[in-house]
Amino acid sequence: MDSPQNSNYTLFLGCTVPVRALNYEISARKVAKRLGLHLSDDPDFSCCGYPIKSVHRYAYLLMAARNLALAEKKGLPLCTLCSACCGSLTEANHELQEDEKLRKRINEDLFEWVGLRYEGGIRVTHFVRVLDQEVGQKKIIDQVQVDLSSLHVAPHYGCHYIKPSTIYNRTEDPENPESLDNLIKATGAQAVQYEDKLQCCGGGVLAMDEQVALAMAHRKLDHLRAQQADAMILICPFCNVMYEGNQRKIEKNFQTEYKLPVLYYPQLLGLALGFGPDELGMKMNRVKTTELVKKINRRAD
Amino acid sequence: MIDSKTFDPNFKILIASEPGGENIKKCFSCGTCTAGCPVREVTDHYNPRRIIRMAILGLKKEVLSSDFIWLCSSCYTCFERCPQNVKIPELMNAIKNIAVREGYLPSSIKSQLDLLASFGRLLEITDFENEKRKESNLPLLCGKTEDVKKILEKLGFHREEQNSG
Repeated sequence: MDSPQNSNYTLFLGCTVPVRALNYEISARKVAKRLGLHLSDDPDFSCCGYPIKSVHRYAYLLMAARNLALAEKKGLPLCTLCSACCGSLTEANHELQEDEKLRKRINEDLFEWVGLRYEGGIRVTHFVRVLDQEVGQKKIIDQVQVDLSSLHVAPHYGCHYIKPSTIYNRTEDPENPESLDNLIKATGAQAVQYEDKLQCCGGGVLAMDEQVALAMAHRKLDHLRAQQADAMILICPFCNVMYEGNQRKIEKNFQTEYKLPVLYYPQLLGLALGFGPDELGMKMNRVKTTELVKKINRRAD
Repeated sequence: MIDSKTFDPNFKILIASEPGGENIKKCFSCGTCTAGCPVREVTDHYNPRRIIRMAILGLKKEVLSSDFIWLCSSCYTCFERCPQNVKIPELMNAIKNIAVREGYLPSSIKSQLDLLASFGRLLEITDFENEKRKESNLPLLCGKTEDVKKILEKLGFHREEQNSG
């Protein structure tokens, strides 16, 4: 099978995915392989630097630069699964590429302290962006083996995949993004539209004020229930912490019930490509996906 | 009642000299940020227009010692919509960077720093995690966490709490 033009990437897992979102990682690797993308690994990557940005901006830039320097050694573009990692590394990358004085200062410290340098030669992107722009909907449609047209699923873009649009060279309109909707439609499933579709999950304030974060996620879950969505489709492990990890807690706090399955996009895509739920790590989904899978099979029968 | 004699007119200049805070003085308080803020939608405690106004007036201690500057979720909705390009999430980060230097660091954020200094990540990779990864045919992770520890130590972030028990 032909590989996409840009088919080689170094995978950047970040903190959350390799510990709390194995189902995202498993399904992403499976669909990547099927679609001709080659993902390589580097066990020395650390946190992207995002959590320290609010505390010490220079420390954030150093941590990001360390990861970018490691990626530069491999000479391949960096592909993230976490949207916050993508935003954080993309922003630092832009700054280091454009501000020569800053890059010099960072490199002096980075070399002295950990023996690395970053010359600004790496591109950073998100796995879903690669699916949208490099693989493309057409190739996905050609590969679909299972009819998912009975599924009505709700895209949740999250924030850092599209914003701030300046660091992404306005790849898509931050007020009206379409890539995830299009990728969902490419699998054959229906993309459900709902109120406050672009609203933040609240994950960014979870450590600081849990009640505020839960209230934010609660609003969106309500809007999804109003549209009777079969599932929510995510592309960021932090959004998952809010909508799936905390779904029971939200149900309890707000005395309501959702039982809304939450899938990572590569899991949905994997189902369409003919992988079984177990192959896509769906046993690890905390909200049961049994009914969802039955709905697909009923259609297939 | 606020006593205007306590205002620090240099506060906005200090913020403007901090990376991310450069455009604070451009704010004309239109409130577009607050109107579209998802945090503001669920709590009155966070109001970006109000925080920026307080900062411009020079209410330095009130702003730096507050919890509310830490309630921005960094969703960048206001960043995209601000007609004056104040870059509010970056401005909030600039203010938080100053707050930390002045000794105001919320304990939950301090815990995150300690995790980063210890493991180079927010979540530790132990044998248990690697065993789970192995079962799922995923590559094992080791990682030079020493690098992150060294970077943070060089910049003055030590695990003080642990040392002092």
